[in-house]
Amino acid sequence: MQTKHWRINMSDKPEKFIDENGLRLDGRRINEIRPMKMEIGVLSRADGSCYLEWGNNKVLAAVYGPRELHPRRLQKADSALIRYRYNMAAFSVEDRIRPGPNRRSIEISKVSREAFEPVVLTHLYPGAVIDVFAEVLQADAGTRTAAINAASLALADAGIPMKGLISACAVGKVDGQLVLDLNKPEDNYGDADIPMAMTSDGEITLLQMDGDITQEEFKKAIEMCKDGCHEILAIQQETLRNKFSKLEDVEISDDKENNDVSALVESELVSSEEDETSEDLASIEKGEMEDDVKDAETEDEVESVEEQEDSFQDVDEEDIPDDNGEDVPEDDEETV
Amino acid sequence: MEREIVIPGQLLSENKTDSGPGTYVKDGKVYSLLYGVKNTKNKISVIPFTGKYIPSPGDYVIATVIGVTPSNWIFNISSPYDGLLHVSEYPRRVESDKMSEIMGVGSSALLRIKDVNSSMKVELSMRDRGLRALDVGRVIEVTPTKIPRIIGHGGSMVSMLKKKTNCDIFVGQNGRIWINGNDAEMDLLNEAIELIMKHSHTSGLTERISKFLKNEDDVVSEKDGTVLEDDLVVDTEDKYEIREETRRKVDTLLDDDN
Repeated sequence: MQTKHWRINMSDKPEKFIDENGLRLDGRRINEIRPMKMEIGVLSRADGSCYLEWGNNKVLAAVYGPRELHPRRLQKADSALIRYRYNMAAFSVEDRIRPGPNRRSIEISKVSREAFEPVVLTHLYPGAVIDVFAEVLQADAGTRTAAINAASLALADAGIPMKGLISACAVGKVDGQLVLDLNKPEDNYGDADIPMAMTSDGEITLLQMDGDITQEEFKKAIEMCKDGCHEILAIQQETLRNKFSKLEDVEISDDKENNDVSALVESELVSSEEDETSEDLASIEKGEMEDDVKDAETEDEVESVEEQEDSFQDVDEEDIPDDNGEDVPEDDEETV
Repeated sequence: MEREIVIPGQLLSENKTDSGPGTYVKDGKVYSLLYGVKNTKNKISVIPFTGKYIPSPGDYVIATVIGVTPSNWIFNISSPYDGLLHVSEYPRRVESDKMSEIMGVGSSALLRIKDVNSSMKVELSMRDRGLRALDVGRVIEVTPTKIPRIIGHGGSMVSMLKKKTNCDIFVGQNGRIWINGNDAEMDLLNEAIELIMKHSHTSGLTERISKFLKNEDDVVSEKDGTVLEDDLVVDTEDKYEIREETRRKVDTLLDDDN
């Protein structure tokens, strides 16, 4: 990270990163993170989204999926694929950067994706893909950690099952001292930079290091980062809870499954009376239907209808040989 | 009965036998997998605010043909996975070359999910009461996780909507709702459904929607929702406890109309 692709002029290096009061260039203490602000559901076309401001970083994350994966050769038979795209906007830094993927962004995309793989329950969606896009609109050191924090909320907003949220933060070394959440001068001219991402239990899912520190410092850095991530986790949780805070009287029908069936059966009965597509079927149904309508108390109705459905299907199956499902067009599709 | 917003990784219970849908067990404790609402009936489950429809056998869905092969119709079921309807699952015998004439690309149908295998191959069926190809009406798409609110407690919402608007309604579990009636009635019903979606996390919804439909019955063309919004705000006083009572009120309201 010492050689970021924006111009580094060593003459810009500050003489001191930490003043005699223990305050950093931007007035923070060594174990303080920059102010963070998040909002979810900011994009209407994405399944989940999050906008994050962290110091001068501005990041927009969007999640699409689980959705069908093309090309099919990328599909995993037993789980969903996660695709993560970290990208810096051309205008995100002072000197315009060339748009499109580059060595740095491809690497960050890979490690960020791997930061999420342990928590997302991909095996629930075999063959599908979950696309995560993290766009850095304004960069000011620590964009990969900012992107991960935003992506974590965007995944939750998309309703994707996760074992927990991921929080990310960096620790670095300036003036021989460990500091939490580097700002731009600290990142550019500091002695070390260690971005980390972890679960709420403190299990590390991403760790990179750039620069030199001792083993003792490294241990301390991890502890500092845990505290930082904990603080970020609290902000993430608050963001999620606040979205619906004014609507506290949340209500969802209790016996969901029963409701579904009874209501659906009911709506079918009404609509099937005008059914013209299959006349012989309808005539068989009508006799049964009248019985159903009479005792239209929901519970009874469900039971009786289901019984009849069974017997009804039995009769049907005799007419047509049971060869369904065997010659499904998988071959056709693959050759296409 | 408390309703609480939970987030992924949140501890829900110390007792692993409480684990229901939307939760997972780690070290004997139950945690949430999803961002949604906690439901503590029998077991603890979490109902997500949003999410994709994942097909499961027995579900009724509204599907659209996206391809026809010699023996199958391929349907979009508004899910990451496509559904297959084999010709033998069509109520009548169909010749291979006639398949496109019966249901071509773009046709919609009411179907039931017959089977889903481990690689998420979805088999559909039309051999069930009421299932058929759709040639009239409209299809509205909503978030699948909010479908229970459209149906309501014991089907109260859907039957109320049906009676108040004179429309036919079929609610598919994949988040698609088919409605059929005259244009003005369908417009009204569409608005009512949008309102349900917007206020899906509040209580006393059936009664409020009933009110909404009553007000608009006289002047169907009047689409000004602002006044109604105010009504809704006042009504949020209704807490969950009096829902049973509310439901009974709705029933009497409905009886009056007939």
